[in-house]
Amino acid sequence: MKRYTVAVLVRNDFGVLNRITSMFRRRQFNITALNVSETESIDHSRITVTFDGEENNKQQLINQLYKLPDVYSIKDLTNENAVKSEMLMIKVGNEPETRADIRAAADAFEAKTMDYAKDSMIFLLTGDSRKIDDFINLMSDYTILEICRTGIVSLEKGSSVMRKITNL
Amino acid sequence: MLLSGADIIVKTLIEQGCDVVFGYPGGQILNVYDSLYKYSDEINHILTAHEQGAAHAADGYARTTGKAGVVISTSGPGATNLVTGIATAYLDSIPLIAITGNVPTTQIGSDSFQEIDITGVTLPITKHNYFVSRVEELADTLREAFRLSLSGRPGPVLIDVPKDVQIAICEYTPKEKVAADEKQPAKEIRIQEAAECINSAKRPFIYFGGGLISTAAQEEMLELAEKIDAPIGCSLMGISGIPTDHPRFLGMQGMHGHYASSMAMHNADCIISLGVRFNDRVTGNRAKFATKAKIVHIDIDGSELSKTVNATHGLRADIKLTLQKLLPLINKVERKEWQEKIAFFRKEENDYLDNRESLTPRKAILTLNKHLGENTAVATDVGQHQMWSAQNLSFKTTRRFVSSGGLGTMGFGIGAAIGAAFGTKERSVLVTGDGSFGMCLQELATAVSYNVPLVILIMNNGVLGMVRQWQTLFFNKHYSNTVLNRKTNFVDLARAFGADGEKASSVEELDKALTKAFSTDGPFVIDCSIDKDEFVLPMLPPGGSMDDIIVKVGDGI
Ligand SMILES: Cc1ncc(C[n+]2csc(CCOP(=O)(O)OP(=O)(O)O)c2C)c(N)n1
Ligand SMILES: [Mg+2]
Repeated sequence: MKRYTVAVLVRNDFGVLNRITSMFRRRQFNITALNVSETESIDHSRITVTFDGEENNKQQLINQLYKLPDVYSIKDLTNENAVKSEMLMIKVGNEPETRADIRAAADAFEAKTMDYAKDSMIFLLTGDSRKIDDFINLMSDYTILEICRTGIVSLEKGSSVMRKITNL
Repeated sequence: MLLSGADIIVKTLIEQGCDVVFGYPGGQILNVYDSLYKYSDEINHILTAHEQGAAHAADGYARTTGKAGVVISTSGPGATNLVTGIATAYLDSIPLIAITGNVPTTQIGSDSFQEIDITGVTLPITKHNYFVSRVEELADTLREAFRLSLSGRPGPVLIDVPKDVQIAICEYTPKEKVAADEKQPAKEIRIQEAAECINSAKRPFIYFGGGLISTAAQEEMLELAEKIDAPIGCSLMGISGIPTDHPRFLGMQGMHGHYASSMAMHNADCIISLGVRFNDRVTGNRAKFATKAKIVHIDIDGSELSKTVNATHGLRADIKLTLQKLLPLINKVERKEWQEKIAFFRKEENDYLDNRESLTPRKAILTLNKHLGENTAVATDVGQHQMWSAQNLSFKTTRRFVSSGGLGTMGFGIGAAIGAAFGTKERSVLVTGDGSFGMCLQELATAVSYNVPLVILIMNNGVLGMVRQWQTLFFNKHYSNTVLNRKTNFVDLARAFGADGEKASSVEELDKALTKAFSTDGPFVIDCSIDKDEFVLPMLPPGGSMDDIIVKVGDGI
């Protein structure tokens, strides 16, 4: 089992995300994260899918995506030739005994303090998934109140760009 | 010219070469029916008894013509009644256009009367679907639907049109009939690799399915078979693709496939698969499936390559264009040893053949064969009768076997046979079972109303035979809910609908009834008695391999 990241350029319209996630559900792809956003063009949205599976699952996922008329372009960004990042917000308990340790860990990870309240703190952390996992792991020794992470976003290195491909 | 949305729908259908549509009216599609009334000189609408029948009819029309079939229904229950028909077309890759009315856009999302989110419902069973919210987009959306349904791997497309969009007016400019997307051959290097694989094979086998029929690559395939001296088999969807009596043809593969065909595939060292998917009904136990073979797989749909069975060479491309490029790279050879082996499998198959003189299922179909014209389409329902038909029917012309392969929809047959009669403009035949016929027999009314020449052969065994066969084999003969023995008199039933019919309990009676049926103007029902304990053989038990094949009663039964 390996983790794959695939970027999908789609038509920017309501219902398109539903078509894509419906296909994932129907064919039972093991999606771990999904990120959707607008792009440099108002006609396109960009979806970044992270999922676990084998090489043939990835190929099948790409092949099935190709069949959806709303899909304009697909890029496998699993390899080293792409930059990837993810964002985490984590709310932890603010207790006198643990406060210093938590803040030291946050400093070491260069996490930003977003909120500081009597009973809780919120940190913001950006980086690769590994770094985020490590930080969450560290925090699990304390009281984690809530977690929210965006899932991976990724772009290919260099000047190449994803564009609508006609007649996929 | 300024037209209403409803007029635009009908005008665009006509513009796209559609001369007959099937459907059923209702509140939210009334405007379209008014336009159908207006343009009835240019387009024919067939009113069925049930929307499901209309969907199957459009499907049968598409299967026999290769053109997109069109079905129209109202919102809510009209639309949901299409679902089984759309799913049937989806799993067999049939170009079908479904047009549904819906409540006005202002009411969408408010659970108003007969409002159903049909684009949501049909998402997983259409190639694509549209909710048209502006009349200006209507004509182009319909054209796009035709293009999509016919391009690449064909399939159903649904267009949902709210009532206010049917009423709204806008400029309509006629356009050309859309063409399917241009097809591409595989990359040269891939073709070369495939050619090398084929050239180095000692026991090649060609295996084709519906994809070969949809791109009409028969000639190229036969040329390849000649060159490499290979036998040919097909999937259920491939039947009628080439003449049944072609000397290289071994028949259907799979769970109830022809023995020689399955044995040849099992013993091949190279399987050249053309427009066919390796469904579980074909492969049985995948781990033991054709373990000695390299697989060259050409399919327009890349997602079929290595989906279930690993392809040594997977080519996402048009079969016809790819074979044209492949053929010059193929060495002409003769394979005495392989042909001897094939001949041996054929002989074995012959030895297993059921040659009883009574009215056996096989005898019934062979008797039917004598009455078929070169161009007659035969539709089936689903069950034992479907397999007996697939095994024993004889075809000369492509696109004449009309059967629900992927979904296995009981009740498909009568609608499909009506659609096939419109598609071929000839008498068509339905081979059905007593169970399946019971599902949609109200379409007899349609056949009578339009005086459709239709021979309906009910293979009446009084049971849900196919399910019963499984109960016999795998459930200790616990015949739970598969014994019908209904009191329905099918001949009287036919008469009640305004058709005619006859009972047949012997080969002679069947032959006589068929003679009468084939000279009747309109539908004719034959209630043909079949013993309830007849089996479909051979049978590859589910999840089994060729070692487990049951070829005659007594083997593991
Ligand atoms: C709509 C639907 N419901 C249930 C089934 C499951 N099924 C497959 S074959 C079969 C029996 C069919 O009986 P009949 O039409 O009498 O044909 P026979 O097998 O007796 O020839 C059933 C119930 C199905 N294929 N389709
Ligand atoms: Mg029956």
